[in-house]
Amino acid sequence: MERVPILKIGTTLFVSIQIDLQDESVVRLQEDLADELVATGARGVIIDITAVEIVDSFIGRMLAMIGSISRLFDAETVLVGMRPPVAITLTELGLSLRGVRTALNAEKGLELLNGSA
Amino acid sequence: MDVDSSQARMAAYMHDHQDKVVGRWSELVVAGLRGRSSVAEVRRELEDLYTLVVRAMSGTDEQAAGELTAVLTELSRSRARNGFTPRETALGMFALKDALYEQVADAADLTPEYLAFSRMVDDLGLLTFETYAAAREQIIADQAAAMLELSTPVIRLWEGVIAVPLVGTLDSARTQLVMEKLLETLVATGAGHAVLDITGVPTVDTEVAQHLLKTVSAARLLGAECIISGIRPQVAHTIVSLGIEFGDIATKATLADALAHALNRSGQRIEKQSIGQQRMEPQKRGPA
Repeated sequence: MERVPILKIGTTLFVSIQIDLQDESVVRLQEDLADELVATGARGVIIDITAVEIVDSFIGRMLAMIGSISRLFDAETVLVGMRPPVAITLTELGLSLRGVRTALNAEKGLELLNGSA
Repeated sequence: MDVDSSQARMAAYMHDHQDKVVGRWSELVVAGLRGRSSVAEVRRELEDLYTLVVRAMSGTDEQAAGELTAVLTELSRSRARNGFTPRETALGMFALKDALYEQVADAADLTPEYLAFSRMVDDLGLLTFETYAAAREQIIADQAAAMLELSTPVIRLWEGVIAVPLVGTLDSARTQLVMEKLLETLVATGAGHAVLDITGVPTVDTEVAQHLLKTVSAARLLGAECIISGIRPQVAHTIVSLGIEFGDIATKATLADALAHALNRSGQRIEKQSIGQQRMEPQKRGPA
């Protein structure tokens, strides 16, 4: 199973998903991220999904769940770089990812986090 | 008497009388077209067609039938595009029967031969009709596609603000197209705000509202904020009567209000300045 690396930049955790997302790898990412949040005390999480072409309802829900978990550690989650087809799929699935903030790209995501901090 | 041999005899007869029959046929067709084509032009077309009919009927030429179908298909397709009615096109084919009958009536007894020929021309006439209908359908489909393409422009309104003026009824197919175009433009321009202007949408029912909400939530997933503008009083009334909730989506009466809102949210400001001031400091104030 492939693992997604989590990078710490300042008080922000940066996750760039560059693999084909499998169910287990998303669950693993969720656990790793929770551990990392506790260890670093980061205030923000940026998840870059520019390279993700396909999502299903499970992965959509997991992304929303990552947002809820981060909130428990008082960290804000920003999902950046979503592709239009992915957005359309998630909307058709009825997932609007309420708990997660979104931004067009990593730069805007960082701005969003810094602006809210 | 079998059909093949009578067809072959008819073909021989037609071959011998080609000039007269084609001449008469052209006259009939030109009369039917009421001056939209010249005699010479029609005659050239019909001569080719006539030769092919004779070749197909003689039964010796394997490819003639296929060629005849192709030529006839092309002919009726061009007629369809030029606005001729299917009746005119089919009658043009049937006129061959009249033209030939005038010749056959004077000649020896060729009744069975003529009947075989007549059946064939009927088939050809029907073929023109079918092709005509297909060509028209194609035109309609092309126009519908062109209209769909035309009716969904995405405009860059300001730095970081794009607008989609929606004109006409919003159905699922159009929503899909609008959504795709909007999202692609958001990614390409990096705009943070999108205005959906529904001034041109005649009615907003629950289905249209559903489509709008879908588009807005898809844009939100990309990280852009949507504003719905151009809600007319009657539309507002319908929306409230139907109990449609736009939730936390900003709605504005006009596109100008929506632009002002978007600029405000993205921290941009437009200032009025007196003309004298403009001359003094000519630096640009418009969109970068």
